[in-house]
Amino acid sequence: MEFVESAALVLGSAVRLSVPLLLACLAGLWSERSGVVDIGLEGKMLAAAFAAGAAAAVTGSAWLGLLAAVLVSIAFSLVHGFASISQRGNQIVSGVAINFVAAGLTALLGQAWFAQGGRTPPVQGDARFQPIDLPGEVAARAAGGFGRLWSEVVSGHNILVYLAFLAVPVTWYALGRTRFGLRLRAVGENPHAVDTAGISVAGLRYAAVTIAGLLCGLAGTYLAIAQSAGFIRDMTAGKGFIALAALVFAKWRPVPAMLTCLLFGLLDAVAIRLQGTPLPVVGPVPVQVFQALPYVLTVVLLAGFIGRAIPPRASGVPYTKDR
Amino acid sequence: MSGSRGELPPLVDYLVVPAVNLTLAFLVSGLVVLAIGENPLAAVRIMLSGALGYAEGVGYTLYYTTNFIFTGLAVAVAFHAGLFNIGAEGQATMAGLGVAIVCLAFDGAPWWLVLPFAVAAAALFGAGWAFLPGWAQARRGSHIVITTIMFNFIAATVMVYLLVNVIGKPGAMNPETRTFAEATRLPPIRDMLLPLGFDVGTSPLNPSFFLAVLAALLVWLLVWHSRLGYEMRVFGFNPTAAVYAGIDPARVVMVAMMISGALAGLLAVNEVMGVQNRLLLEFVGGAGFVGIAVALMGRAHPLGIVLAAFLFGVLYQGGAELSFERPKISRDMVVVIQGLVILFAGALEHLARPPLVRLFRRTRRTAEA
Repeated sequence: MEFVESAALVLGSAVRLSVPLLLACLAGLWSERSGVVDIGLEGKMLAAAFAAGAAAAVTGSAWLGLLAAVLVSIAFSLVHGFASISQRGNQIVSGVAINFVAAGLTALLGQAWFAQGGRTPPVQGDARFQPIDLPGEVAARAAGGFGRLWSEVVSGHNILVYLAFLAVPVTWYALGRTRFGLRLRAVGENPHAVDTAGISVAGLRYAAVTIAGLLCGLAGTYLAIAQSAGFIRDMTAGKGFIALAALVFAKWRPVPAMLTCLLFGLLDAVAIRLQGTPLPVVGPVPVQVFQALPYVLTVVLLAGFIGRAIPPRASGVPYTKDR
Repeated sequence: MSGSRGELPPLVDYLVVPAVNLTLAFLVSGLVVLAIGENPLAAVRIMLSGALGYAEGVGYTLYYTTNFIFTGLAVAVAFHAGLFNIGAEGQATMAGLGVAIVCLAFDGAPWWLVLPFAVAAAALFGAGWAFLPGWAQARRGSHIVITTIMFNFIAATVMVYLLVNVIGKPGAMNPETRTFAEATRLPPIRDMLLPLGFDVGTSPLNPSFFLAVLAALLVWLLVWHSRLGYEMRVFGFNPTAAVYAGIDPARVVMVAMMISGALAGLLAVNEVMGVQNRLLLEFVGGAGFVGIAVALMGRAHPLGIVLAAFLFGVLYQGGAELSFERPKISRDMVVVIQGLVILFAGALEHLARPPLVRLFRRTRRTAEA
């Protein structure tokens, strides 16, 4: 029973750690399925986290923080969209630019506005998203053992956690089962065909990057005012890139994306849990091994040693009408 | 590096288009400064006088320039072969390990004896770290951008592990190696310039600057005056045609990536042997990413890169002075400017071109009429 209880603790923390990855990964999925490569996930998430922290600190409302985050993140998305869709610029260069502008602006404005070394003032109460206890929480906690699985893993998360996991079936249905989703996927595979059918390639791609902005906005909000109590500089710490790795790993599909993000979250949780404690059989394992694992696995996968990851065919390619 | 060439005179293409893009980037940066509630013109004045107004400032500017020439060249060489190497940061990080190993092994030996080995180790470790992404792209078809990003993170974690558990100084507060002996460190350039009446003060400028200029010259020879460079450019321009012309694409990709990694690695000679005199975490400090902006600004030409690197040297040193004089404008302003330069000079490079092309067509027509 003790094992089940500590497993429940690790799993609960894995769920919490996987949420920003999952939201950012789904954002990347929407964008790249439409043919727009997005390595600016990190930057959008960071900008959103700052907007959420700043707005929540000033207004005292978590929901206004969320609104600010989503608006800022969508604005960044549209800049990326303008560069990669309308201007037919290099999408990777544009993504890199987004990451820099976000990293610089958040630290700069944070310092200029709040003068606390680039962080926003700490928030509490209504300015944060609080945990929601699902029915049976108290009884499950009291029961211990497997009851802890309910109380630690399923219950007691904030609304953004549930939204993130809800976004998975929504994405699956919207992309896979609706006309909009079909067209959007087609644009990522063969934009010429879609254009010939009289549907706007640019319109679909703008829609996709806007959805990506929305999801990154949720991810940033989660980091700043749900998981933490305020924005600190560089708080995304590479999560946008792990999300990108997860996207490759999931081969651009929603359900595998969720599983991969949970796996990467679990690696993180285990690394935190194992600080200094030796593993059975292998002995002490440096924390860095767990930290590097998602990146190493992605490289191995990309090199085709464990299955093949084939991106949408038109992703990264600006669309030019034939004359 | 795409875009329709030939519609504009080369001079306009290589000077006016980047200048317009740069101006746009600076205009937006100025708006950011305004939003903070400071005067952008005053900010520019402080930056310029801080970076170029006195000899020590110039020394710092050139020290930053040295790093950016290396990473700018690294990104540019890969560009010519049609590869986007985002991994200069990680390649330079691993090269730091090479330089530190050499300096620690030869500790106490005079620097001029150690330098060739340190340069070789930097290039070798940098190239080695770039080899795997290059190989994965060439032989296994994985995307170079994703793999080099992943390799940046792997390099960072490997570095933490090594400095904490293997080569770090025992009992040190920060993960770092012990400091090299005085004789093994690259001497500051001050002693050479003082007789010329130029006192760069305590600035960390050291002979690596000349190494950077030499590297730029060698890259120019490589890209435009060697068979390999020709193959790289053909492959970068049109991979299909290159294969028909009998160029081995896998070889070009791997060799270009390794040269790129070696160039990025040379940064470690400046930082580890020249300035920090020990191996620190994150000694690269984002210079690998600045290289992307430098290569885009310099249009992947060594001369352009030296100029763009100098511009970013001015920004970094000027930015440091600015944050000192105007605490509201922190050094992060430089990162914002860098991002905007990448955005306007790279992703939005077509923004300025069509109006210019129209303008030139019109003037040509009026000239003919």
